Amino acid sequence: MVRVFIPSSLRKLTDDQSPVEVAATTLREAIVALEQQFPGIQQQLCLRDSLMPTLQVSIDETMTRRMSAALKPDSEIHFLPAIGGG
Amino acid sequence: MSTEAASNQVDQKTKYKVIGTRPIRHDGADKVTGKALYTSDVHLPNMAYGAFVRSPHSHARILSIDTSKVDAMPGVLATMSSADLPDPWDKMENLGEGCVNYAHLSGNVLARGKALYKGHAVAAVCATNSHLAEEAAAKIKVEYEPLPWVTSVLDAMKDDAPLLHENLVTQSLGETSTKPSNIAQHIHFEQGNMEEGWAAADLVIERELKTSSIHQGYIEPHVSIAMWNEDGRLKIWTATQGAFVARQQVAELLKIPVSQVLVIPCEIGGGFGGKVAVFEQPVAAVLSRKCGRPVKIVMRRDEVFEATGPTPGSCIRVKLGATNEGKLTAAKAWLAYDAGAFPGGMIGPGCMCILSCYNIPNAVVDGYDVVANKPKVQAYRAPGSTQATTAMETVMDELACKLNIDPIEFRLRNAAIEGTRRVDGPVFPRIGLVETLEATRDSDHWNAPLEGPNRGRGMACGFWFNAGMQSSATAAVNPDGTVSLVEGSTDIGGTRASIAMQLAETLGIAAEDVQPQVGDTDSVGYTDVTGGSRVTFATGLAAYHAGLDIQKQMITRAAELWECDAAEIKVENGVFRRNGDAMSFKELAVKLNNAGEPIVGRASVAPQVSTNAFGAHVVDVEVDPETGKVTILRYTAVQDAGKAIHPSYVEGQLQGGAAQGIGWALNEEYFYDDQGHMRNASFLDYRMPTAYDLPMIDTIIVEVPNPDHPYGVRGVGEVSIVPPPAALATAIHRATGCRIRELPMSPPKVWMAMQER
Repeated sequence: MVRVFIPSSLRKLTDDQSPVEVAATTLREAIVALEQQFPGIQQQLCLRDSLMPTLQVSIDETMTRRMSAALKPDSEIHFLPAIGGG
Repeated sequence: MSTEAASNQVDQKTKYKVIGTRPIRHDGADKVTGKALYTSDVHLPNMAYGAFVRSPHSHARILSIDTSKVDAMPGVLATMSSADLPDPWDKMENLGEGCVNYAHLSGNVLARGKALYKGHAVAAVCATNSHLAEEAAAKIKVEYEPLPWVTSVLDAMKDDAPLLHENLVTQSLGETSTKPSNIAQHIHFEQGNMEEGWAAADLVIERELKTSSIHQGYIEPHVSIAMWNEDGRLKIWTATQGAFVARQQVAELLKIPVSQVLVIPCEIGGGFGGKVAVFEQPVAAVLSRKCGRPVKIVMRRDEVFEATGPTPGSCIRVKLGATNEGKLTAAKAWLAYDAGAFPGGMIGPGCMCILSCYNIPNAVVDGYDVVANKPKVQAYRAPGSTQATTAMETVMDELACKLNIDPIEFRLRNAAIEGTRRVDGPVFPRIGLVETLEATRDSDHWNAPLEGPNRGRGMACGFWFNAGMQSSATAAVNPDGTVSLVEGSTDIGGTRASIAMQLAETLGIAAEDVQPQVGDTDSVGYTDVTGGSRVTFATGLAAYHAGLDIQKQMITRAAELWECDAAEIKVENGVFRRNGDAMSFKELAVKLNNAGEPIVGRASVAPQVSTNAFGAHVVDVEVDPETGKVTILRYTAVQDAGKAIHPSYVEGQLQGGAAQGIGWALNEEYFYDDQGHMRNASFLDYRMPTAYDLPMIDTIIVEVPNPDHPYGVRGVGEVSIVPPPAALATAIHRATGCRIRELPMSPPKVWMAMQER
């Protein structure tokens, strides 16, 4: 199962659970699965069909904003602030 | 300058022909003979000149803008205010490196309703020459209602602070306050069990650090020329770190399709993160559309300081616990960064970097993004990390001292390694912090004696993510066997050379046989900003794949020549071989000329990884007890480059970052008076270090190859600015016995601390 680490400020939506395990093969599926378990969480993470512009996602050792990003059965997902460089 | 080879530095001379060598940079002759074309060098027929009207107040309601006195002035061609910009989208977009809110961006380009800082652009005018434009700008009458203002981040967080935006409320994921506030965002990370962490500690230290706003200090001011043609096409020549993101921002602010905008990036006289957002570009465009001429706007130095992006001022509190054996057990960090006049500062990366050098089982980080009556902050070389790291590393040093453990040994006992989980969640892949610290420990500098009164040695380390993102490159094989390379990354640090060298290595030809050019937005595929230390890594990766594309095509063509199957042809060091036949790349290219379709390689890449840069710096200082002036006696910067493609430019990046960090540490600050006005908006008064202030900075390049790049590149541009302030703070402590907890550690502060000993 994919392990989704819930940002601390969203844990009131997950009854303080983190990480949460979901069955998913893409980031999009993982967020949909989260929403099914914890209604309201998707709108905190997504704007329409995309990730919130203020966010990036760490999946294992990659950083992505692609909702189609592939997951392995034992992947870890972290939602992080988008960052810039100089 | 000396460059030491770290013990784990790989001798790649046998492995690579081009990489690791030091060829003359391709743009070198143009640069040193003054022929390189900067935006200010561009002169178009019938060109007009623009100038801004800027707020004299730190915070004021704009009651009216009266242009009647200048409308009839001979030579004045057009005026504009925010009313001439389309109503901004209520839209946020990720531009590859962080996100932009177009309503805020538009309001920063030209004030809407309120001026939010002194120097905020309120109106603009263009005329037939720049002097007339300045004269006209001075005659545009703006009526203001001054408002209370706030520039300090802690004052701005108070309940009774003047509000910059009446509709701004504090947001954190999952929760939005209903009460208007200057606190735009709250970030929170945690891991482990804090109670257990503190209970396991034998020693706990908590300290507070404050830093001032400082500027990137690029020599070239912001400058653009816009030409809005009658066919609706808008051309912009500009000094930018990202032609494509400049195009995107201008198109969004003017509400026109991106395909109508062509951005031509000229040579750039420094950026360091400050030339990603647009300022004058959309204004020049609208003035051009109004007057029917190309319009050039060149900012004055005071405008650059007062109205473009400084890096945040901050207040940071760090509490660390450790055992007597020197193992960290718990960490707590609280960070407040000012974002300037609009939300969206550098608090995110600050929170993500502050503990990232170490493996700390129990940790909590809280960060606050706070608006204040200052120019909107912009990125500056590892944005957000230097402030956070200075706070963290100075407490680390104090712990090491009190535990009587060598500061490098203390760091090695706690250093992040492959598998360490950062407080924000991700787990590090293969990284080179331990190797960097070991190279520092084993360096000549660290082991050399330092004697004499008022002298001290300090060290610190630092982290920056480094980015991947999108890059494109196209390479065409010429009839003489050379290759013309067009890539999309504006060159702010010698990256033409480092990208061309990777293509040359891939093809087995000399670096001089590749002619690299930076393309405009119509001539190369989409490429993200030159920032995040990503260009040599990601655009170099695009060049590598473009080279493989060329090689594949040439194998096919060689098979036609030799009338054999392509699978029979092997390529080694740029030589194509089959059954005793052999041709070099150049020989084959000459034979293929006019013998079929031209050979053009192309590649676009989007590596989704951080390449994770670590650096450690050592500095010796002498402090004048009479004045508090700090003189740097010796300085060494150590950094993991993954693989140094062109070692001279890697050394240059280490030295440049160290020089900027030294300025941040010792002298640079936005000095505000009691009206919230910056009083040192010139290079005479804003004290950046010069060659007179610095010794030659020694460098040690460590090479722990990045597994996500065929040549092991990590990217080197940013992390070198991170350790200097903490290294200097600890060196000053060793020299004086004083710990200075506010940047800059300028002579008055050092002197005062010495008096209070």
